[in-house]
Amino acid sequence: MTDQPSVSDNRAGVITRVEELGYELKIGQVMTTKVVTFSPGTTILEALDVIKQHRISGAPVTVDGELVGIISTEDLIRALRDGRIDRSVSTYMTKDLITVKAIDKVVEALKVFQKTKVGRLPVVNENNKLVGLITKGDITNGLLTALQRDYQAEEIIRYRASHLFEDIESDRTSLILRYRIIKDDFVNGGAASNNIKRALLRLGANRQIARKCGIAVYEAEMNLIIHTNNGGFLRVEIEPHKITIEAYDDGPGIDDIEKALTPGYSTATEEIRDKGFGAGMGLVNIRSCVDEMTMKSSKESGTNLYMTMYLDKTES
Amino acid sequence: MKFLDVIALCEGTLLTPDVDHVPEIKGGFAGDLMSDVLASIQAEAVIITGLCNPQVVRTALIADARLIIFARGKNPGDEILDLAKEENLPVASSRLGLYEIAGRLAQAGLPSCEMEMNLFPKV
Repeated sequence: MTDQPSVSDNRAGVITRVEELGYELKIGQVMTTKVVTFSPGTTILEALDVIKQHRISGAPVTVDGELVGIISTEDLIRALRDGRIDRSVSTYMTKDLITVKAIDKVVEALKVFQKTKVGRLPVVNENNKLVGLITKGDITNGLLTALQRDYQAEEIIRYRASHLFEDIESDRTSLILRYRIIKDDFVNGGAASNNIKRALLRLGANRQIARKCGIAVYEAEMNLIIHTNNGGFLRVEIEPHKITIEAYDDGPGIDDIEKALTPGYSTATEEIRDKGFGAGMGLVNIRSCVDEMTMKSSKESGTNLYMTMYLDKTES
Repeated sequence: MKFLDVIALCEGTLLTPDVDHVPEIKGGFAGDLMSDVLASIQAEAVIITGLCNPQVVRTALIADARLIIFARGKNPGDEILDLAKEENLPVASSRLGLYEIAGRLAQAGLPSCEMEMNLFPKV
């Protein structure tokens, strides 16, 4: 169920996915191409028979594929009222035509429907040759099909990813994700962690595992952004039963690892704290999220943080 | 609690009106330090914060939060809102402060989503 925002006046400016599709889909993609047509010389009587047989309410009139008119139920009623069923459709057809082009977007047809109240529109190509008919029903079908396609595309990504490990045979299969983390890049801070979390969900990990792994990687990522000389790298190796995460940098190293692991201990500057970091909880958070954590640090070679999560027992 | 009810209780304005299918909010969590949030927030919560940068959204996503309320009239920029919209995460702004918002939500029966430290089950 969709909740209607009760406290917002921004509703008018909102474009839904369906409206967006109206600007993406072309009329040619949703129109009906199998169209019953008449030639101008067809009699009203013949036209009535065909219309009854095909259960339609009108049809375009063409000469060599070129659109010259459209005959509707109303036109036929006029002919019947006049008692002229022997006359040709060209006498009664509507010649003043509104057409749309196959290459135009669906929204153009919608605008015409809204303005004119006609039930169907002939669709022509650039040479005014009839290529199809479009109704509101065609548009509804087209939009629903497109929405379904959107949905299936995500489902397929999910399916493919979640069967990756089953589909590939080897003695040891693993997927390695690497991310370069830039020093002081607060704008993109957390992007890598969210990508890793999404990858895990697509691979079929349960939400709790993905969340814990996301938190651990996020803290490691922010540490690389805040505390390093030149940023660093994240490397996540995903195996069917285990996730191994490494975060490494080239300095400046941690003076006292024991202290760094104390909740609330932080070396962050006032500026960093203003940004909402430096609570002194980073490594503490990581340790509570992963099964194993080891850290090596020296002034010479920087800091290497290893984290391991086992999936066996909690994997659903 | 419905996310719109949460926003109404704190007299907030929804800044991402095109989000849909937002699930029920299970509880609340207030804080300005994102590591504190990550340390002890339970899933499906509303985050109430005075911090206003993209990390709040990233933190919310990592922590499976369902709504962000920026307190004391903080107005997030497009960068923050675009990121939230992309992820269908509702974001609201309230002129009230953290304490007032938390108090109102708690009084209305929304429980705390704060857990004691280190409660992630070890496997």
